[in-house]
Amino acid sequence: MLCATSRLLAARTATALPAQPRGRGPGARCRRRELHFPGHPELDLDDFLTGRLARPSVPVGRRAILRRGRMPPAVGGGPARSELRPRRGRCGPQTARVVGPDETAKPAARSRKRPGWGSRHFEAAGRWALLALVTLLSFATRFHRLDEPPHVCWDETHFGKMGSYYINRTFFFDVHPPLGKMLIGLAGYLSGYDGTFLFQKPGDKYEHHNYMGMRGFCAFLGSLLVPFAYLIVLELSKSLPAALLTAALLTFDTGCLTLSQYILLDPILMFFIMAAMLSMVKYNSCANRPFSAPWWFWLSLTGVNLAGALGVKFVGLFIILQVGWNTISDLWHLFGDLSLSVVTVGKHLTARILCLIVLPLTLYTATYAVHFMVLNKSGPGDGFFSSAFQARLSGNNLHNASIPEHLAYGSVITVKNLRMAIGYLHSHRHLYPEGIGARQQQVTTYLHKDYNNLWIIKKHNTNADPLDPSLPVEFVRHGDIIRLEHKETSRNLHSHYHEAPLTRKHYQVTGYGINGTGDSNDFWRIEVVNRKFGNRIKVLRSRIRLIHLVTGCVLGSSGKVLPKWGWEQLEVTCTPYLKETLNSIWNVEDHINPKLPNISLDVLQPSFPEVLLESHMVMIRGNNGLKPKDNEFTSKPWHWPVNYQGLRFSGINDTDFRVYLLGNPVVWWLNLLSIALYLLLGSIIAVAVQRGAHLPAEVEGLTQVLLRGGGQLLLGWILHYFPFFLMGRILYFHHYFPAMLFSSMLTGILWDTLLRLWAWSLASSSLARGLYVVGNLSLLLGTAYSFYLFHPLAYGMVGPLAQDPRSPMAGLRWLESWDF
Amino acid sequence: MLGFLKHPVVVTADINLNVVALTAMGLLSRLWQLSYPRAVVFDEVYYGQYISFYMKRIFFLDGSGPPFGHMLLALGGYLGGFDGNFLWNRIGAEYSSNVPVWSLRLLPALTGALSVPMAYQILSELGFSHCAAMGAALLMLIENALITQSRLMLLESVLIFFNLLAVLSYLKFSNSQKQRPFSPSWWFWLTLTGVACSCAVGVKYVGVFTYLLVLAVAGVHAWHLIGDRSLSNVSVLCHLLARAAALLVVPAAMYLLFFYVHLSLVYRSGPHDQIMSSAFQASLEGGLARITQGQPLEVAYGSQVTLKNVLGKPVPCWLHSHQSTYPMIYENGRGSSHQQQVTCYPFKDVNNWWIVKDPGRHQLVVSNPPRPVRHGDVVQLVHGMTTRFLNTHDVAAPLSPHSQEVSCYVDYNISMPSQNLWRLDIVNRDSDAGVWKTILSEVRLVHVNTSAVLKLSGAHLPDWGFRQLEVVGEKLSRGYHESTVWNVEEHRYGKSQEQKEREVELHSPTQMDVHRNLSFLARFLELQWRMLTAKSDGSEHKYSSSPLDWVTLDTSIAYWLHPRTSAQIHLLGNVVIWASASLATVAYTLLLFWYLLRRRRKICDLPEETKMSRLTSPVVPEASPGKYSWLRWVLAGALCAGGWAVNYVPFFLMEKTLFLYHYLPALTFQILLLPVVLQHISDHLCRTQLLRSLFGALLVAWYSCACHVFNTLRPLTYGDKSLSPSELKALRWKDSWDILIRKY
Repeated sequence: MLCATSRLLAARTATALPAQPRGRGPGARCRRRELHFPGHPELDLDDFLTGRLARPSVPVGRRAILRRGRMPPAVGGGPARSELRPRRGRCGPQTARVVGPDETAKPAARSRKRPGWGSRHFEAAGRWALLALVTLLSFATRFHRLDEPPHVCWDETHFGKMGSYYINRTFFFDVHPPLGKMLIGLAGYLSGYDGTFLFQKPGDKYEHHNYMGMRGFCAFLGSLLVPFAYLIVLELSKSLPAALLTAALLTFDTGCLTLSQYILLDPILMFFIMAAMLSMVKYNSCANRPFSAPWWFWLSLTGVNLAGALGVKFVGLFIILQVGWNTISDLWHLFGDLSLSVVTVGKHLTARILCLIVLPLTLYTATYAVHFMVLNKSGPGDGFFSSAFQARLSGNNLHNASIPEHLAYGSVITVKNLRMAIGYLHSHRHLYPEGIGARQQQVTTYLHKDYNNLWIIKKHNTNADPLDPSLPVEFVRHGDIIRLEHKETSRNLHSHYHEAPLTRKHYQVTGYGINGTGDSNDFWRIEVVNRKFGNRIKVLRSRIRLIHLVTGCVLGSSGKVLPKWGWEQLEVTCTPYLKETLNSIWNVEDHINPKLPNISLDVLQPSFPEVLLESHMVMIRGNNGLKPKDNEFTSKPWHWPVNYQGLRFSGINDTDFRVYLLGNPVVWWLNLLSIALYLLLGSIIAVAVQRGAHLPAEVEGLTQVLLRGGGQLLLGWILHYFPFFLMGRILYFHHYFPAMLFSSMLTGILWDTLLRLWAWSLASSSLARGLYVVGNLSLLLGTAYSFYLFHPLAYGMVGPLAQDPRSPMAGLRWLESWDF
Repeated sequence: MLGFLKHPVVVTADINLNVVALTAMGLLSRLWQLSYPRAVVFDEVYYGQYISFYMKRIFFLDGSGPPFGHMLLALGGYLGGFDGNFLWNRIGAEYSSNVPVWSLRLLPALTGALSVPMAYQILSELGFSHCAAMGAALLMLIENALITQSRLMLLESVLIFFNLLAVLSYLKFSNSQKQRPFSPSWWFWLTLTGVACSCAVGVKYVGVFTYLLVLAVAGVHAWHLIGDRSLSNVSVLCHLLARAAALLVVPAAMYLLFFYVHLSLVYRSGPHDQIMSSAFQASLEGGLARITQGQPLEVAYGSQVTLKNVLGKPVPCWLHSHQSTYPMIYENGRGSSHQQQVTCYPFKDVNNWWIVKDPGRHQLVVSNPPRPVRHGDVVQLVHGMTTRFLNTHDVAAPLSPHSQEVSCYVDYNISMPSQNLWRLDIVNRDSDAGVWKTILSEVRLVHVNTSAVLKLSGAHLPDWGFRQLEVVGEKLSRGYHESTVWNVEEHRYGKSQEQKEREVELHSPTQMDVHRNLSFLARFLELQWRMLTAKSDGSEHKYSSSPLDWVTLDTSIAYWLHPRTSAQIHLLGNVVIWASASLATVAYTLLLFWYLLRRRRKICDLPEETKMSRLTSPVVPEASPGKYSWLRWVLAGALCAGGWAVNYVPFFLMEKTLFLYHYLPALTFQILLLPVVLQHISDHLCRTQLLRSLFGALLVAWYSCACHVFNTLRPLTYGDKSLSPSELKALRWKDSWDILIRKY
């Protein structure tokens, strides 16, 4: 009993210690940890099992105590109190049973004197020193030779360019959300880069341009990954060696190092992913003090980081899934806790909705608001967006233009397809060649502005000039039957039962008739998508479909390029399948009608939600468009964990400065082995528990760490890796790195646990300790040595290729598929 | 030993007349006027071709599904004495008299009919009342879409049958688990589960989803078994091993068996050969085998060979060259070397022949004894007809500017030396001194000077290159890709030293007689791989639909129209059943969620099962009528609602063209769920007897409504009655239903 209380006290007093660099008073309270040096392999799981993780096994009556946080949480920790020296651990379980219900023990415990101030100070200082050391080493490796090579490497050509766009405020389009590039632009701006460098292609020299600010920013975030991983593992396993091993794996991984040194989105993405994971883990350990300041702090910080991750790349969705899963299971446990009223559970739910859904969504939307505010000049991205959107951009020909708002008969218009990169409905004097449908005038789509894009809307039955001032203005309405006359050639838009030139199942579209007189195949019904009959048709905003009256087909563009006879413009067809695709939806862009008053296009500018929606549609379409071709070499997801193939960042020949993105094979293969071992060990333990095997207390504590902490990391690895198998888009090696972070953390926990289990199974304590230390040290040193071998990959190599014995990488090309 | 003699031989028959009656009704509804219409209906045009291929023993490749389904259909043709002579080219074409329509359609109709009593049995095995089980079967009976689909030469009804069989036999197995594990019937049902699963997968790939569902349920039950401490470790192990054998090993073996039978049935070469590798083609009778049989195996210096690209995309083709040269300047203004073109050509041609030459010697004939070429050797390739050397250099290729141009070297004396040495890299060599073998060896040709790899870029050259495929030297070859790998297809030892004689020799066929064969496993793997990667043309179809349209039945498919009258077959579901089944799914999900939340707060609306039967699924169906347990409710939901979900949701991720009939397997499970929910409402939510009677009356009204709908849509289901245009218009309940109306 006595033994137990004092033990608990120790745990309690440790709470006052800050455990984190920026830890403040209140934050530290929930982070009470007792950490040990590698030489003292001792595991204290009390706190870890305090919260929700231990709940299922905790009797109901005791939960209230835990929840309010008044009791040192010894319950779940009883069996978990794993120690290598059994004599000390013996009283653990009894403690739990005896002390548990005894609430009075708490004030007593608090008032007891705190033993060992000196030693605690020493420990705290040591912990700080270690964290500082880890951070320092990480920064040193990442910032070492950061300025080399002084030319554009790999995707810097994209992201550097996009950073410049922000500085120059020109609009552009990218398949990723804007936050990452905005941060790069900001870093460049703050560090004095003026946005004038062109970033045309990899290999371009930076010359006098200041690129170090942007690289430094990415390297800074990349360096923080290591301390983050260190803290996450520390929090999950309570074991300093495990955390150190993880930190070493990441510090000494050439892949992470290379990826952090350039102007890329990946370091930013990984920073947010790890920050979200860290704050989630921290918040989990605050579960025994709900609604306290640190609890709110970590919860909302999780939300902020989630927004960040999603704002950099859509891959950030995976960490959202992980946090979501964690939150749902958390709520599920709270809901099953009968000592909590439904109202309290409701409060919990609301808090999470606020911090993990509302807050991130707001921040995410805010990044877009900033994005659209900053980029207000016309640029290379205009063409990807709708006409209405382009009116927002200064320098675009639609900006500040004024045209009549509603379509009327007699109007001269251009009609643009809604799908990007298809263009305007177009016709010209050339005929379809012999043998391709009827020999009538060609109708195509054309990407550029041209007089041949102009069409006149006429009534289907009369040929009278609607612009005659004596006639009243008649507006075109949804559902009207119209005729479209090509202004330059006076031929009508026409379709008939001939097969289209390229898409055989569709009908041919031609220009037909003389001076506007044709036949009934020239009649089209104009429909506005999602509108009622009788509505007027707005320029820019209305999404219209043209339905051929006789055949019932819909005017569309297949997007296929016509051969030379069609001037390599795009095919226009009439599709008999009434499918809702963008290919068959059009909008009116230019509009000339002298009888109607012009209005400023600003009135038609889309609202922010519409812009947001449109940019997401365009991004998703852009992402889907990134399909690999059959005859190209592409990276397959299975290549990644085996480190099968790297990516050339810079240089090919032996005279070039070569940087090759490749994971440190020792680290990566150790990770791979660890996942297999983890699955094996995990299933053995799970089956043993299910069979009702009674594990010794020490082992049970270790298995808890392995199953719970390791489980979270395994889930992270799975979520960040397996979805790539389902993706149709083109994939690259660097997509694996977020998953690799999780697998490295898992490796840290696994090997620490394995060594502890092994040491525990040996009878002699000194031998066990020795074994434990030697095991950990050899892992650490092995990684460091492999880094020494492979560091030229990241820091750059000049000289002969690896086949040559004089090369710095001679003899290190362990796989034939590595080309350095 | 002779114990059985001591007892009389007793046969106790236990016949459920309900089942008999349901079977009879099922047969009647599915088999009635089966051979009408005597014309090709919808996808019969597609499956019919494969039946003909089977009848003629011709090899074919169909990426849409494994061969078991096709084989079952072909079995019907075999039994009916079909000779395969029918041209399947057009929907609506009249069958000639040699086509045994009835027996071809019999198998799908039988499986469709048997699904009706199986629905009854599944619900009884799940522990629901006799009424609920009858309800499920009667709903299956009057579902128009299911009837239409099973009366034709199509595979959905077969798939549904095996899906249901898998679920039924698993339930039987799991119910006999508690009483008599390891009894013959236990073994029988367990094995049947595995067999039915593999048959479902063998009919269509989507069967794999039901298989996974059954595996998951079996996994959960097995996990409980592990936790059962009353069992010894050894018996738990035996249980697990038995399940693994029956549910993993048996299906895998069956699947292989399907392919084995398939490959031994179709052994003749045919129109689809070209997609397969040379080795595979050579294993078929006729076709390539006729040419390659007896070719020398080892390629030697002086050999005459044709080189085929292994990837074969966009089309299979051979390395080719011809007199024409690259244009001096391309359209975009870039220059070329103006040397002789090297392309990849998809047809057999005398210009596809190349001679393997030793760079150190001058002769182009094989020495005696032949000196084989080995991995790592440096060779030159001489084009047979023009005697020019295969060459590549640092000039951008015509269509892939990042790669090197490949040409046959013409010496223009402009200080551009020939670079015609290639190192041979045998990808699938046994040892580092492996010999280059005809057909079997996959080789890469690595250029010695620039270490570029000979590659098929897949782009079509413009008119100056006769629209042949572009061949390039890939400098940045990252690892293995099939487009850089080539194999020797035709091969002979060159004998003629003079060019003139050699040309004659090149024109003459290679003939000798040695037999070579590929192992079954290699053939299986290749065929399976090609089937999975075979791209459907992805063309849009008039009746294609998206999964969202299915639940609300917002789409239909016109299957067949009578050539003169407006009698037609149209795939349309019974709207009442579709709507109520979807509602039932929603109701089940909501109720389950509600119960889960309440149970979490320790409020158990449904009684937990007694400890005795915790491990297995519910066993005693009639023990406590009306009050069934929580576990039973969950298991029914897992199988029925789960079956619906796994057969429906994956379609959202598929990129192929989808049709309404893809939804039918999911719908079947949804129909099974419907009585489950109804009985639950009646037993648990209708608290008074009055309410219960009211509910019963409502049910009767609802079912007669469904019957009425069935009857109204019947002419479109069977296609036997020609309706007037006004009647057809009246049937068009939804605008999106494309019922064909003849204009008179």
